Amino acid sequence: MLFDTEIFQITLLSLQVSALATLISLLIGLPFGTWLALGNFRGRSFMLSIVNTGMALPPVVVGLVVAITLWRSGPLGGLRLIYTPMAIIIAQTIISAPVVMGLTAAALESLDPRLQQQLLGLGASRPQMIWMLWREARLPLLAALMAGFGSVISEVGASMMVGGNIRGQTRVLTTAIVLETSRGEFDKALALSALLLTLTYLINLALTLIQQRGQKK
Amino acid sequence: MSELISIHNLLIQRNGRDALRIKSLDIKHGETLAIVGPNGAGKSTLLLALAHLIKPAHGEIIFNGKPISHMNDLEYRRKISFVFQDPLLMDMSVENNIALGLKFRGTDKDEMHSRVLRWSKAMGVESLLGRRAGQLSGGEAQRVSLARAFILDPELLLMDEPFSAVDPPTRAQLLKELSSLLSQDHRTTVFVTHNLKEAAQISHRVAVIINGELKQVGTPKEIKTNPADKSVKDFLKEL
Repeated sequence: MLFDTEIFQITLLSLQVSALATLISLLIGLPFGTWLALGNFRGRSFMLSIVNTGMALPPVVVGLVVAITLWRSGPLGGLRLIYTPMAIIIAQTIISAPVVMGLTAAALESLDPRLQQQLLGLGASRPQMIWMLWREARLPLLAALMAGFGSVISEVGASMMVGGNIRGQTRVLTTAIVLETSRGEFDKALALSALLLTLTYLINLALTLIQQRGQKK
Repeated sequence: MSELISIHNLLIQRNGRDALRIKSLDIKHGETLAIVGPNGAGKSTLLLALAHLIKPAHGEIIFNGKPISHMNDLEYRRKISFVFQDPLLMDMSVENNIALGLKFRGTDKDEMHSRVLRWSKAMGVESLLGRRAGQLSGGEAQRVSLARAFILDPELLLMDEPFSAVDPPTRAQLLKELSSLLSQDHRTTVFVTHNLKEAAQISHRVAVIINGELKQVGTPKEIKTNPADKSVKDFLKEL
Protein backbone atom coordinates (compact mmCIF):
# COMPACT_ATOMS: atom_id res chain seq x y z
CA MET A 1 0.00 0.00 0.00
CA LEU A 2 1.19 3.44 -0.80
CA PHE A 3 1.63 5.71 2.22
CA ASP A 4 1.42 9.50 2.11
CA THR A 5 5.17 9.89 2.63
CA GLU A 6 5.83 7.53 -0.24
CA ILE A 7 3.47 9.42 -2.54
CA PHE A 8 5.18 12.63 -1.49
CA GLN A 9 8.59 11.15 -2.27
CA ILE A 10 7.45 9.84 -5.67
CA THR A 11 5.89 13.19 -6.53
CA LEU A 12 8.96 15.12 -5.44
CA LEU A 13 11.27 12.83 -7.45
CA SER A 14 9.03 13.18 -10.54
CA LEU A 15 9.17 16.96 -10.29
CA GLN A 16 12.91 17.08 -9.58
CA VAL A 17 13.84 14.74 -12.41
CA SER A 18 11.56 16.36 -15.01
CA ALA A 19 12.44 19.93 -13.96
CA LEU A 20 16.16 19.21 -14.15
CA ALA A 21 15.81 17.45 -17.53
CA THR A 22 13.79 20.45 -18.83
CA LEU A 23 16.38 22.90 -17.51
CA ILE A 24 19.25 21.01 -19.18
CA SER A 25 17.17 20.81 -22.39
CA LEU A 26 16.69 24.57 -22.25
CA LEU A 27 20.44 25.14 -21.79
CA ILE A 28 21.13 22.94 -24.83
CA GLY A 29 18.04 23.71 -26.93
CA LEU A 30 17.92 27.50 -26.69
CA PRO A 31 21.44 28.23 -28.04
CA PHE A 32 21.39 25.36 -30.54
CA GLY A 33 17.88 26.24 -31.78
CA THR A 34 19.01 29.87 -32.14
CA TRP A 35 22.07 28.82 -34.12
CA LEU A 36 19.87 26.72 -36.42
CA ALA A 37 17.37 29.55 -36.91
CA LEU A 38 19.87 32.34 -37.53
CA GLY A 39 22.69 30.41 -39.15
CA ASN A 40 23.36 30.36 -42.85
CA PHE A 41 25.41 27.25 -43.48
CA ARG A 42 25.43 24.19 -45.67
CA GLY A 43 23.37 21.34 -44.21
CA ARG A 44 21.12 23.62 -42.15
CA SER A 45 17.89 22.19 -43.62
CA PHE A 46 19.15 18.66 -43.02
CA MET A 47 19.97 19.48 -39.39
CA LEU A 48 16.57 21.10 -38.91
CA SER A 49 14.89 17.99 -40.28
CA ILE A 50 16.88 15.83 -37.83
CA VAL A 51 15.85 18.07 -34.91
CA ASN A 52 12.23 18.04 -36.04
CA THR A 53 12.34 14.25 -36.24
CA GLY A 54 13.84 14.25 -32.74
CA MET A 55 10.73 16.05 -31.51
CA ALA A 56 8.81 12.85 -32.16
CA LEU A 57 11.37 10.47 -30.58
CA PRO A 58 9.51 7.55 -28.96
CA PRO A 59 10.46 7.58 -25.24
CA VAL A 60 10.68 3.80 -25.19
CA VAL A 61 13.32 3.86 -27.96
CA VAL A 62 15.28 6.54 -26.07
CA GLY A 63 14.98 4.38 -22.95
CA LEU A 64 16.31 1.35 -24.80
CA VAL A 65 19.34 3.20 -26.23
CA VAL A 66 20.18 4.88 -22.91
CA ALA A 67 19.73 1.57 -21.05
CA ILE A 68 22.10 -0.24 -23.46
CA THR A 69 24.62 2.60 -23.11
CA LEU A 70 24.47 2.70 -19.31
CA TRP A 71 24.17 -1.06 -18.83
CA ARG A 72 27.03 -2.50 -16.82
CA SER A 73 28.58 -4.04 -19.94
CA GLY A 74 27.69 -0.97 -22.04
CA PRO A 75 30.08 1.80 -23.15
CA LEU A 76 29.22 4.01 -20.14
CA GLY A 77 28.59 1.12 -17.73
CA GLY A 78 31.54 2.14 -15.59
CA LEU A 79 29.63 5.26 -14.50
CA ARG A 80 27.12 3.00 -12.67
CA LEU A 81 24.20 5.23 -13.59
CA ILE A 82 21.68 2.60 -14.68
CA TYR A 83 18.64 2.47 -12.37
CA THR A 84 19.43 5.83 -10.80
CA PRO A 85 17.51 9.14 -11.03
CA MET A 86 20.46 10.46 -13.08
CA ALA A 87 19.73 7.84 -15.76
CA ILE A 88 16.12 9.06 -15.94
CA ILE A 89 17.34 12.66 -16.22
CA ILE A 90 19.66 11.69 -19.11
CA ALA A 91 16.87 9.87 -20.96
CA GLN A 92 14.35 12.66 -20.38
CA THR A 93 16.86 15.29 -21.55
CA ILE A 94 17.30 13.36 -24.80
CA ILE A 95 13.51 13.39 -25.20
CA SER A 96 12.89 17.06 -24.42
CA ALA A 97 16.03 18.76 -25.86
CA PRO A 98 14.90 18.33 -29.51
CA VAL A 99 11.45 19.67 -28.55
CA VAL A 100 12.94 22.85 -27.04
CA MET A 101 15.46 23.10 -29.89
CA GLY A 102 12.92 22.67 -32.70
CA LEU A 103 10.37 25.04 -31.19
CA THR A 104 13.09 27.63 -30.46
CA ALA A 105 14.20 27.51 -34.09
CA ALA A 106 10.58 27.79 -35.26
CA ALA A 107 9.90 30.71 -32.89
CA LEU A 108 12.91 32.69 -34.14
CA GLU A 109 12.26 31.83 -37.77
CA SER A 110 8.76 33.28 -37.44
CA LEU A 111 10.20 36.74 -36.66
CA ASP A 112 10.68 39.25 -39.47
CA PRO A 113 14.14 38.41 -40.91
CA ARG A 114 14.87 42.14 -41.30
CA LEU A 115 14.68 42.52 -37.52
CA GLN A 116 18.25 41.16 -37.26
CA GLN A 117 19.48 43.77 -39.75
CA GLN A 118 17.52 46.51 -37.99
CA LEU A 119 19.05 45.62 -34.60
CA LEU A 120 22.57 45.46 -36.05
CA GLY A 121 21.89 48.73 -37.89
CA LEU A 122 21.05 50.33 -34.53
CA GLY A 123 24.42 49.27 -33.17
CA ALA A 124 23.57 46.01 -31.38
CA SER A 125 26.42 43.58 -30.81
CA ARG A 126 25.66 39.98 -31.80
CA PRO A 127 24.82 38.88 -28.21
CA GLN A 128 22.60 41.98 -27.80
CA MET A 129 20.84 41.14 -31.06
CA ILE A 130 20.20 37.53 -29.98
CA TRP A 131 18.93 38.68 -26.58
CA MET A 132 16.49 41.08 -28.26
CA LEU A 133 15.29 38.34 -30.63
CA TRP A 134 14.69 36.00 -27.66
CA ARG A 135 12.82 38.82 -25.95
CA GLU A 136 10.72 39.42 -29.04
CA ALA A 137 9.92 35.68 -29.32
CA ARG A 138 9.45 35.20 -25.57
CA LEU A 139 5.88 33.89 -25.82
CA PRO A 140 6.60 31.04 -28.27
CA LEU A 141 9.84 30.35 -26.36
CA LEU A 142 7.83 29.91 -23.19
CA ALA A 143 5.55 27.56 -25.14
CA ALA A 144 8.70 25.62 -26.13
CA LEU A 145 9.58 25.30 -22.44
CA MET A 146 6.06 24.11 -21.61
CA ALA A 147 6.16 21.55 -24.41
CA GLY A 148 9.59 20.34 -23.26
CA PHE A 149 8.38 19.87 -19.69
CA GLY A 150 5.15 18.26 -20.88
CA SER A 151 7.07 15.72 -22.96
CA VAL A 152 9.01 14.42 -19.93
CA ILE A 153 6.65 14.69 -16.96
CA SER A 154 4.18 12.45 -18.83
CA GLU A 155 6.55 9.87 -20.34
CA VAL A 156 6.80 6.40 -18.86
CA GLY A 157 8.75 4.18 -21.26
CA ALA A 158 12.20 5.69 -20.78
CA SER A 159 11.82 6.17 -17.01
CA MET A 160 10.79 2.55 -16.63
CA MET A 161 13.65 1.17 -18.74
CA VAL A 162 16.53 3.21 -17.34
CA GLY A 163 15.17 3.80 -13.83
CA GLY A 164 13.78 0.37 -13.20
CA ASN A 165 10.87 1.68 -11.07
CA ILE A 166 12.70 0.89 -7.84
CA ARG A 167 10.65 1.75 -4.76
CA GLY A 168 12.16 4.62 -2.81
CA GLN A 169 14.84 5.23 -5.45
CA THR A 170 13.65 5.64 -9.01
CA ARG A 171 9.88 5.32 -8.82
CA VAL A 172 8.19 8.34 -10.38
CA LEU A 173 4.48 9.08 -10.82
CA THR A 174 4.14 7.58 -14.30
CA THR A 175 5.97 4.35 -13.44
CA ALA A 176 3.96 4.07 -10.20
CA ILE A 177 0.73 4.36 -12.22
CA VAL A 178 1.88 1.52 -14.53
CA LEU A 179 2.75 -0.63 -11.49
CA GLU A 180 -0.58 -0.08 -9.74
CA THR A 181 -2.47 -0.77 -12.97
CA SER A 182 -0.56 -4.04 -13.52
CA ARG A 183 -1.47 -5.04 -9.98
CA GLY A 184 -5.13 -4.34 -10.66
CA GLU A 185 -5.13 -1.49 -8.11
CA PHE A 186 -7.13 0.81 -10.32
CA ASP A 187 -8.22 3.15 -7.50
CA LYS A 188 -4.59 3.90 -6.63
CA ALA A 189 -3.63 4.20 -10.27
CA LEU A 190 -6.48 6.67 -10.81
CA ALA A 191 -5.52 8.67 -7.70
CA LEU A 192 -1.89 8.91 -8.88
CA SER A 193 -3.09 9.88 -12.36
CA ALA A 194 -5.22 12.66 -10.87
CA LEU A 195 -2.20 13.86 -8.89
CA LEU A 196 0.00 13.85 -12.02
CA LEU A 197 -2.64 15.73 -14.00
CA THR A 198 -3.12 18.29 -11.23
CA LEU A 199 0.63 18.93 -10.95
CA THR A 200 1.02 19.25 -14.71
CA TYR A 201 -1.96 21.61 -14.78
CA LEU A 202 -0.57 23.80 -11.97
CA ILE A 203 2.87 24.08 -13.58
CA ASN A 204 1.39 24.90 -16.97
CA LEU A 205 -1.03 27.37 -15.36
CA ALA A 206 1.92 29.20 -13.80
CA LEU A 207 3.78 29.28 -17.13
CA THR A 208 0.62 30.37 -18.99
CA LEU A 209 0.11 33.23 -16.52
CA ILE A 210 3.70 34.35 -17.10
CA GLN A 211 3.08 34.07 -20.85
CA GLN A 212 -0.13 36.13 -20.65
CA ARG A 213 1.58 38.77 -18.52
CA GLY A 214 4.29 39.01 -21.18
CA GLN A 215 1.59 39.51 -23.82
CA LYS A 216 -0.05 42.41 -21.95
CA LYS A 217 3.22 44.20 -21.17
CA MET B 1 32.73 69.76 -48.36
CA SER B 2 34.94 66.69 -48.03
CA GLU B 3 33.72 63.16 -48.64
CA LEU B 4 32.31 61.10 -45.79
CA ILE B 5 31.80 58.10 -48.09
CA SER B 6 33.73 57.10 -51.19
CA ILE B 7 32.83 53.99 -53.13
CA HIS B 8 35.35 52.47 -55.54
CA ASN B 9 34.73 49.61 -58.00
CA LEU B 10 32.04 48.08 -55.81
CA LEU B 11 30.54 44.74 -56.78
CA ILE B 12 27.86 43.14 -54.63
CA GLN B 13 26.69 39.63 -55.41
CA ARG B 14 23.51 38.14 -54.04
CA ASN B 15 22.37 34.54 -54.58
CA GLY B 16 25.27 33.99 -56.95
CA ARG B 17 24.46 36.87 -59.32
CA ASP B 18 25.74 40.44 -59.61
CA ALA B 19 23.26 42.62 -57.74
CA LEU B 20 25.05 45.96 -57.80
CA ARG B 21 28.01 47.54 -59.56
CA ILE B 22 29.26 51.02 -58.76
CA LYS B 23 32.49 52.24 -60.30
CA SER B 24 32.70 55.40 -58.24
CA LEU B 25 30.40 57.37 -55.94
CA ASP B 26 31.19 60.00 -53.32
CA ILE B 27 28.88 61.26 -50.61
CA LYS B 28 29.93 64.52 -49.01
CA HIS B 29 29.71 65.46 -45.33
CA GLY B 30 26.29 66.95 -44.61
CA GLU B 31 24.88 65.92 -47.96
CA THR B 32 21.52 64.22 -48.54
CA LEU B 33 21.80 61.83 -51.44
CA ALA B 34 18.63 60.25 -52.78
CA ILE B 35 18.88 56.87 -54.50
CA VAL B 36 16.15 56.31 -57.07
CA GLY B 37 15.44 53.45 -59.42
CA PRO B 38 12.84 50.82 -60.26
CA ASN B 39 12.01 47.84 -58.01
CA GLY B 40 14.83 45.33 -57.72
CA ALA B 41 17.38 47.79 -59.16
CA GLY B 42 19.77 47.39 -56.21
CA LYS B 43 18.89 50.49 -54.15
CA SER B 44 18.36 48.63 -50.86
CA THR B 45 21.42 46.49 -51.60
CA LEU B 46 23.48 49.68 -51.68
CA LEU B 47 22.13 50.72 -48.26
CA LEU B 48 22.86 47.29 -46.79
CA ALA B 49 26.39 47.47 -48.19
CA LEU B 50 26.84 50.98 -46.76
CA ALA B 51 25.74 49.60 -43.36
CA HIS B 52 28.21 46.73 -43.84
CA LEU B 53 25.33 44.30 -43.40
CA ILE B 54 26.36 42.65 -46.67
CA LYS B 55 29.98 42.42 -47.74
CA PRO B 56 31.11 43.31 -51.26
CA ALA B 57 32.57 40.64 -53.55
CA HIS B 58 34.91 43.29 -54.87
CA GLY B 59 35.80 46.94 -54.32
CA GLU B 60 35.84 49.19 -51.31
CA ILE B 61 33.67 51.56 -49.33
CA ILE B 62 35.75 54.25 -47.62
CA PHE B 63 34.28 55.96 -44.54
CA ASN B 64 36.06 59.11 -43.38
CA GLY B 65 39.18 58.03 -45.22
CA LYS B 66 39.22 54.48 -43.82
CA PRO B 67 37.99 51.33 -45.66
CA ILE B 68 35.04 49.91 -43.69
CA SER B 69 36.35 46.40 -44.33
CA HIS B 70 39.33 47.36 -42.12
CA MET B 71 37.08 48.66 -39.34
CA ASN B 72 35.48 46.61 -36.59
CA ASP B 73 31.84 45.90 -37.65
CA LEU B 74 30.37 47.02 -34.35
CA GLU B 75 32.54 50.13 -34.12
CA TYR B 76 31.47 51.15 -37.64
CA ARG B 77 27.77 50.40 -37.15
CA ARG B 78 27.73 52.54 -34.05
CA LYS B 79 28.63 55.53 -36.23
CA ILE B 80 25.61 55.01 -38.48
CA SER B 81 21.88 54.49 -38.18
CA PHE B 82 19.41 52.64 -40.37
CA VAL B 83 15.70 53.30 -40.96
CA PHE B 84 13.89 50.51 -42.82
CA GLN B 85 10.80 50.65 -45.00
CA ASP B 86 8.73 49.18 -42.15
CA PRO B 87 9.28 50.63 -38.68
CA LEU B 88 10.25 47.20 -37.25
CA LEU B 89 9.62 48.35 -33.69
CA MET B 90 10.23 45.96 -30.82
CA ASP B 91 7.38 44.72 -28.62
CA MET B 92 8.04 47.27 -25.87
CA SER B 93 7.07 50.84 -25.00
CA VAL B 94 7.66 53.72 -27.40
CA GLU B 95 10.16 55.18 -24.91
CA ASN B 96 12.18 51.96 -24.80
CA ASN B 97 12.05 51.65 -28.58
CA ILE B 98 13.45 55.15 -29.06
CA ALA B 99 16.17 54.49 -26.47
CA LEU B 100 17.11 51.07 -27.90
CA GLY B 101 20.29 52.08 -29.76
CA LEU B 102 21.48 54.10 -26.76
CA LYS B 103 20.95 51.05 -24.52
CA PHE B 104 23.12 49.00 -26.88
CA ARG B 105 25.83 51.64 -26.42
CA GLY B 106 25.49 51.61 -22.63
CA THR B 107 24.47 55.28 -22.46
CA ASP B 108 23.94 56.76 -19.01
CA LYS B 109 20.25 56.75 -17.86
CA ASP B 110 19.87 60.51 -17.38
CA GLU B 111 21.50 61.24 -20.72
CA MET B 112 19.26 58.63 -22.34
CA HIS B 113 16.12 60.14 -20.78
CA SER B 114 16.93 63.68 -21.90
CA ARG B 115 17.74 62.54 -25.44
CA VAL B 116 14.50 60.51 -25.62
CA LEU B 117 12.54 63.61 -24.58
CA ARG B 118 14.34 65.79 -27.12
CA TRP B 119 13.81 63.47 -30.07
CA SER B 120 10.30 62.36 -29.14
CA LYS B 121 9.37 66.07 -29.12
CA ALA B 122 11.18 66.69 -32.42
CA MET B 123 9.22 63.82 -34.01
CA GLY B 124 5.91 64.73 -32.33
CA VAL B 125 5.59 61.48 -30.36
CA GLU B 126 6.24 62.71 -26.81
CA SER B 127 2.62 62.01 -25.83
CA LEU B 128 3.06 58.36 -26.95
CA LEU B 129 6.13 57.49 -24.86
CA GLY B 130 4.20 55.19 -22.47
CA ARG B 131 2.33 53.33 -25.22
CA ARG B 132 3.20 49.89 -26.56
CA ALA B 133 4.63 49.86 -30.09
CA GLY B 134 1.79 47.61 -31.26
CA GLN B 135 -0.79 50.29 -30.39
CA LEU B 136 0.60 52.86 -32.84
CA SER B 137 -0.71 53.82 -36.27
CA GLY B 138 1.60 53.40 -39.28
CA GLY B 139 2.54 57.10 -39.28
CA GLU B 140 3.19 57.17 -35.52
CA ALA B 141 5.31 54.01 -35.74
CA GLN B 142 7.44 55.52 -38.51
CA ARG B 143 7.93 58.72 -36.46
CA VAL B 144 9.15 56.54 -33.58
CA SER B 145 11.46 54.72 -35.94
CA LEU B 146 12.89 58.09 -37.11
CA ALA B 147 13.35 59.26 -33.50
CA ARG B 148 15.12 55.94 -32.75
CA ALA B 149 17.55 56.63 -35.60
CA PHE B 150 18.14 60.37 -34.98
CA ILE B 151 18.68 59.94 -31.23
CA LEU B 152 21.94 58.11 -32.00
CA ASP B 153 23.36 61.27 -33.60
CA PRO B 154 24.77 59.14 -36.44
CA GLU B 155 27.51 60.36 -38.76
CA LEU B 156 25.65 58.61 -41.57
CA LEU B 157 21.88 58.09 -41.71
CA LEU B 158 20.58 55.41 -44.06
CA MET B 159 16.87 55.41 -44.93
CA ASP B 160 15.23 52.75 -47.08
CA GLU B 161 11.93 54.12 -48.41
CA PRO B 162 10.88 55.04 -44.88
CA PHE B 163 7.48 56.43 -45.83
CA SER B 164 6.31 53.90 -48.39
CA ALA B 165 4.09 52.06 -45.90
CA VAL B 166 2.12 55.13 -44.72
CA ASP B 167 -0.88 56.82 -46.33
CA PRO B 168 -0.23 59.68 -48.81
CA PRO B 169 -1.20 62.64 -46.51
CA THR B 170 0.95 61.30 -43.64
CA ARG B 171 3.73 60.59 -46.11
CA ALA B 172 3.68 64.19 -47.40
CA GLN B 173 3.69 65.56 -43.85
CA LEU B 174 6.53 63.26 -42.71
CA LEU B 175 8.56 64.12 -45.77
CA LYS B 176 8.12 67.84 -45.12
CA GLU B 177 9.21 67.44 -41.51
CA LEU B 178 12.18 65.25 -42.41
CA SER B 179 13.27 67.63 -45.13
CA SER B 180 13.22 70.58 -42.73
CA LEU B 181 15.03 68.54 -40.04
CA LEU B 182 17.77 67.45 -42.44
CA SER B 183 18.30 70.96 -43.75
CA GLN B 184 18.77 72.26 -40.18
CA ASP B 185 20.75 69.26 -39.03
CA HIS B 186 23.21 68.92 -41.98
CA ARG B 187 23.41 65.22 -41.34
CA THR B 188 24.87 63.03 -44.08
CA THR B 189 21.93 60.98 -45.31
CA VAL B 190 21.31 58.39 -47.98
CA PHE B 191 17.61 58.18 -48.76
CA VAL B 192 16.16 55.48 -51.00
CA THR B 193 12.94 56.27 -52.82
CA HIS B 194 10.97 55.36 -55.93
CA ASN B 195 9.79 58.86 -56.36
CA LEU B 196 11.89 61.54 -58.10
CA LYS B 197 9.63 64.33 -56.79
CA GLU B 198 10.22 63.09 -53.25
CA ALA B 199 13.95 62.86 -53.98
CA ALA B 200 14.00 66.43 -55.28
CA GLN B 201 12.21 67.67 -52.16
CA ILE B 202 14.65 66.12 -49.72
CA SER B 203 18.05 65.75 -51.36
CA HIS B 204 20.96 67.75 -52.71
CA ARG B 205 21.82 65.15 -55.33
CA VAL B 206 20.15 62.09 -56.82
CA ALA B 207 21.77 58.83 -57.88
CA VAL B 208 19.87 56.69 -60.39
CA ILE B 209 20.39 52.93 -60.17
CA ILE B 210 18.91 50.69 -62.86
CA ASN B 211 19.48 46.93 -63.22
CA GLY B 212 22.18 46.95 -60.54
CA GLU B 213 24.19 49.73 -62.18
CA LEU B 214 24.72 53.31 -61.13
CA LYS B 215 23.61 55.18 -64.24
CA GLN B 216 23.77 58.83 -63.24
CA VAL B 217 24.45 61.15 -60.32
CA GLY B 218 23.40 64.78 -60.34
CA THR B 219 21.01 67.36 -59.03
CA PRO B 220 17.32 66.50 -59.50
CA LYS B 221 17.16 69.16 -62.21
CA GLU B 222 20.16 67.73 -64.10
CA ILE B 223 18.66 64.25 -64.00
CA LYS B 224 15.33 65.53 -65.32
CA THR B 225 16.68 67.77 -68.05
CA ASN B 226 19.64 65.70 -69.11
CA PRO B 227 19.19 61.94 -68.49
CA ALA B 228 22.43 60.01 -68.98
CA ASP B 229 20.99 57.37 -71.30
CA LYS B 230 17.82 55.75 -72.62
CA SER B 231 17.31 53.58 -69.52
CA VAL B 232 17.27 56.68 -67.26
CA LYS B 233 14.98 58.47 -69.71
CA ASP B 234 12.59 55.46 -69.77
CA PHE B 235 12.65 55.24 -65.97
CA LEU B 236 11.78 58.94 -65.65
CA LYS B 237 8.95 58.48 -68.17
CA GLU B 238 7.44 55.72 -66.06
CA LEU B 239 7.27 57.95 -62.98
